[in-house]
Amino acid sequence: MSMKKTMSLACAAALATLSAGAHAQISGGVVKIGVLTDLSGTYSDLAGSGAVLATKMAVEDFIAKEKPNFKIEVVTADHQNKADIASNKAREWFEREGVDTATELVTTSTALAVMKVAKEKDRIAIMNGPGSTPITNEQCNDVSVHYTYDTYALANGTAKAVTKQGGKSWFFITADYAFGQALEKDAAAVVAANGGKVLGSVRHPFPGSDFSSFLLKAQASGAQVIGLANAGADTTNSIKQAAEFGITPTQSLAGLLMFITDVHALGLKSTQGMYLTEGFYWDLNDETRAWSKRFFGVQKKMPTMVQAGQYSSIYHYLKAVKAAGTDDTKKVMAQMKKTPINDFFAKNGQIREDGRMVHDMYLMQVKKPADSKYPWDYYNVRQVIPAAEAFQPLSLSRCALVKK
Amino acid sequence: MEIFGVPTALLGSQLLVGLINGSFYAVLSLGLAIIFGLLNIINFAHGAQYMMGAFIAWLALTKFEVNYWVALIAAPLLVGLLGVLLERTMLRKLYKLDHLYGLLLTFGLALIIEGIFRDQFGISGESYEVPEALSGGIHLGFMFLPLYRAWVVVASLTVCFGTWFMIEKTRLGAYLRAGTENPQIVQALGINVPLLITFTYGYGVALAAFAGVLAAPVFQVNPLMGSNLIIVVFAVVVIGGMGSILGSIVTGIGLGLVEGLTKVFYPEASAVVVFVIMVIVLLVRPAGLFGKA
Repeated sequence: MSMKKTMSLACAAALATLSAGAHAQISGGVVKIGVLTDLSGTYSDLAGSGAVLATKMAVEDFIAKEKPNFKIEVVTADHQNKADIASNKAREWFEREGVDTATELVTTSTALAVMKVAKEKDRIAIMNGPGSTPITNEQCNDVSVHYTYDTYALANGTAKAVTKQGGKSWFFITADYAFGQALEKDAAAVVAANGGKVLGSVRHPFPGSDFSSFLLKAQASGAQVIGLANAGADTTNSIKQAAEFGITPTQSLAGLLMFITDVHALGLKSTQGMYLTEGFYWDLNDETRAWSKRFFGVQKKMPTMVQAGQYSSIYHYLKAVKAAGTDDTKKVMAQMKKTPINDFFAKNGQIREDGRMVHDMYLMQVKKPADSKYPWDYYNVRQVIPAAEAFQPLSLSRCALVKK
Repeated sequence: MEIFGVPTALLGSQLLVGLINGSFYAVLSLGLAIIFGLLNIINFAHGAQYMMGAFIAWLALTKFEVNYWVALIAAPLLVGLLGVLLERTMLRKLYKLDHLYGLLLTFGLALIIEGIFRDQFGISGESYEVPEALSGGIHLGFMFLPLYRAWVVVASLTVCFGTWFMIEKTRLGAYLRAGTENPQIVQALGINVPLLITFTYGYGVALAAFAGVLAAPVFQVNPLMGSNLIIVVFAVVVIGGMGSILGSIVTGIGLGLVEGLTKVFYPEASAVVVFVIMVIVLLVRPAGLFGKA
């Protein structure tokens, strides 16, 4: 054996030891992903078991494509939309079960609670379901990623586009609690900034079931657009009853927080013509269709943006772990923020210093029943809202991590 | 023309909407009042039974193409039958115990039933179209009244007053009322009181399911639709006087109107107003407006 050959063998051996060293930097020898979501309550359709499925798909695809030299495990729990259950579970996961990241976290209150625990235990929180903006503003921290959407992006996208397209006068039907009021405030500001006018608003108790009184007020106001600053069953009932009272042909509705599952539940007859903003739609292109059809094969429902975002964020996280060669929180976070996101969900997505993942959003208009050619054919894409415009600019940030 | 700064047209339409909601309350609270009157059971499963009525209508339409009109009869019968079964197998054992036991049992059942539906159908619910014959509406000048809502008022009031007539004016009703007053003596006179009780529970439950079918085209049919409504309905029964038949009907409609007016003047309070009235009534007339002290 020549000297040269011996040297190269030694080098190879050294490299092998190095990569073994990298392997040893995965705590417990396994990357553990916790999916903490609503498996039984109000948000179980838009996140829930679909988010768990998306996580498992991401892990399977990652193993098949990237052939990592570490093991990956997924654990799940139902937080029942309660902040105390969520933070206790996250604590248990981080302290005793070696979970590296708690993900999904629909409902803002559970998200904020888990973010605190993650910071304390130096683990990562990845949020797809919750919508409120304090996550990346007042309450932001350096171990959290807010991935799919937020209420700013939705209200901004819908209100701006609708106002610009001629919907100059607005009336809001608002759920009478912090979330609804914040949504109304955000949207009203956008309406005013784009030359529109808010004629009035009515606050309904939360949750409500009969919205006809509020709808009649909105009708009497003569506003061109009725903005629905509520969510879930309140929104679906408002829309259904607006159609019943003959409001929708003359005045148009704008859902400020709506998901494709809401449109599916209501049907096109009562939702046709509505504008809404989404971070994802299954029928955008071949890539989104291919992934969504796989998802549909198991779940029997097309994915919401939250579920698609869950897949994308988990895949991005695992890639960052592989590239960093460790599951150390600081290094993985740095890697995640450094790497742009390019997959079926986002093109050139970027996680900012405040934890906000910015990517293109889509302004959708719900199709007429006659224009819907196949199941789940619900939206026309009216506008792609570029990432830079879709989300709250950093100049307006109230997050302490943002240097100004 | 305006009253307190509110155009009369808006006021009129809000009162009409209040009347519509009031008739829902009336049918639901009537069922509760009948059950409480004879069985002394506070039927917390009433909301779940209402939800089952709506879901059966939806299932019948989508899976078996059974139309609205058939469902309006069939769903109450089916849910009523389930009620009979429930009374025979479980509730019967609790009559000698405190009210609380019946309340706990029916509350537990409601949670189980809602859980099963949630598991099967998800949380977003399903949409039930307004039947062809009742779609569209009439322009009343001050508002557009959907035909279906008008039908809800007619159907509810017919059922309410039919029930009232049966209980107050027929022989069967006389047995029922006597059974409420003193079951032992009625039994001694040769009337099958246990059967009467079973029938009453079944009927009360069927009323809930009837309201559910009526509600299906108006509200999104979802597993929690009953639990959102039931608390208000309980307040209606308390205000009317527990067990009072006429009281529950009149109070149901009256509170619908009050709620409608609240939505005009101070919408934020519209969910609370019923309970405020309940507190006042309990302070002034603890037996309820129509109850016997």
